Amino acid sequence: MTQSYTFLEDQVISDLVFEATGDTPAELFQAAGLALFEGMADTGRVQPRIRKEIRLKHAQIDQLLYDWLSELIYLKDAAGLLFKEFSVQLNQNAEWNLVATVRGEPIDPKRHGLRADAKAVTYHQFDVVQTETGGWKARVVVDI
Amino acid sequence: MQINKITDYLWEIPPTEKEGMRVPARIYASEKLLKEMDQGVFEQITNVACLPGIQKYALCMPDGHWGYGFPIGGVAAFSLNDGVISPGGIGFDINCGMRLIRTDLTLADVQPRLKDLLNVLFNKVPAGVGAKGFVKIEKKEMAEVMTRGLNWCIKKGYGWAQDRDRVEGGGCLPGGDASHVSAHAVERGVGQLGTLGSGNHYLEIQVASNENIYDERLARALGIFGRDQVVIMVHCGSRGFGHQIATDYLRVFDSAMKKYGITVRDRQLGCAPFRSPEGQAYLSAMACAANMAFANRQVITHRIREAFSQVFNEDAERLGLETVYDVAHNVAKVETYEINGKPTELLVHRKGSTRCFGPGRTEVPTLYRDWGQPVIVGGSMETGSYLCVGTQKAETETFGSTMHGSGRTMSRHAAKRMIRGTDLQRRMEEHGILVKAVSMSGLAEEAGAAYKDISEVVDTMDAVGVSKKVVQLKPIANIKG
Repeated sequence: MTQSYTFLEDQVISDLVFEATGDTPAELFQAAGLALFEGMADTGRVQPRIRKEIRLKHAQIDQLLYDWLSELIYLKDAAGLLFKEFSVQLNQNAEWNLVATVRGEPIDPKRHGLRADAKAVTYHQFDVVQTETGGWKARVVVDI
Repeated sequence: MQINKITDYLWEIPPTEKEGMRVPARIYASEKLLKEMDQGVFEQITNVACLPGIQKYALCMPDGHWGYGFPIGGVAAFSLNDGVISPGGIGFDINCGMRLIRTDLTLADVQPRLKDLLNVLFNKVPAGVGAKGFVKIEKKEMAEVMTRGLNWCIKKGYGWAQDRDRVEGGGCLPGGDASHVSAHAVERGVGQLGTLGSGNHYLEIQVASNENIYDERLARALGIFGRDQVVIMVHCGSRGFGHQIATDYLRVFDSAMKKYGITVRDRQLGCAPFRSPEGQAYLSAMACAANMAFANRQVITHRIREAFSQVFNEDAERLGLETVYDVAHNVAKVETYEINGKPTELLVHRKGSTRCFGPGRTEVPTLYRDWGQPVIVGGSMETGSYLCVGTQKAETETFGSTMHGSGRTMSRHAAKRMIRGTDLQRRMEEHGILVKAVSMSGLAEEAGAAYKDISEVVDTMDAVGVSKKVVQLKPIANIKG
């Protein structure tokens, strides 16, 4: 498995930018989820005690990624959780179908090394592409 | 890009510079501020100038920097009949804004108990990722908060009746309808009433000294007597509730534009005709978010009053903790301006820009109508902030708009490379400013050097005659998320 992410420093003046990659779309989505939460906290200190399931679908994979990250931000506030494990299954029929299990725990300012609070995923420079080698790459700017 | 000088503080990019520009783009800035502006500002403001129904100019204030869709500091007014509404012209944090609270206390009264006061405030006003507010409400009560705003707070005992006269629009934008707000937005926001957020949001204790008062008469009219008077400034917005509404409607507009034959140069400029069902639904949801932000800042005010009362063992009323004013700097409003000699209703988008109406304007509360609307301009936590007033000239010059703060000059990563949070905290203490922060990395990102010179920004709009300086406020303590 070769999913990864890189924070792109100095790309935008006030917010969080990362590039996520994966050999498959599912790995890409997993990497992007982890990058999102690593921007908010030290995920190494988060325990995977609580499990949530997410189901989404969309005809376009870029919009699905937007919806996936938006759903994670929603859960961060609505359920008060930080996530560190992301297990994504993605299938494409008439549209892309995502079924994911995410694991984390309630936000604890004393333990989690809190960083910035994500407000929303933006469409700024937002891009999901399949690379020449068949892998997947996405660039995401998060308003914090 | 060709940028022509109109005056020492006004620059114009002509419509010939980009295909599709319907009006010129105008930037208010000193020459120094213009040179420091990132290129993204010029790219984005000329994109805004391409939007359907835009009137006169696409404007950028001197604190302008790159944003999403509109630049931060962007102002644009649209015809209601053939113009658009665009969430990118308001921002994800709908009704991010400022509240200023005055007191009868001076630095001499507060300094001996400042540490205690800061600790009590830090406990009473939660900040940072995952912070939960003390107000426990059910989801069904959220409908009342989002439609009644400040009025709900006063009914519940979180505000004084006179607060209503000291908040923009009485703390309640009309037209909010909970049916236009998603369940996700309600679920994100229900536990966050009374929380600060993070990033550049803060609660700051400041001092108004005689030497920093520019207009003594105006200062007194706004409740500022100087003599090292202690005031409190709050910078925060609609929290997850507003962020979700913005996310929801950006998504709606992204697909709705095809239906209306609208194309935009930047996906973050997603928009819909103002009078379309989608446009009206967003306007209503935006009002809900704005009302939630007014309620949030009011609940925080209530907690500030509790904190002062506890530490000084005196009623907040007897300590003189009155709201001076509360302004929105991320919002869109229907306002009347003269276009081709006729009073015309326009939808004015302000994104990182503050309304600044002058004396006589009916939207200014009676209390301040002879003087002009107070304008609260937040600086960095090291440099301080300003209280200004609006002018009648603003109405013809900038659709009644001025700056909102300093504006960033460097990225968060660059700021963190420059200084560590703990070192910054120590440095600020050495300069007489106590800081309590939930996140030390977040604190470093907010170092003063990461922001423009606030005085240069404020002086620009003072020189233009759009907003007048009243007093500069210096920080002595700060809470950050």
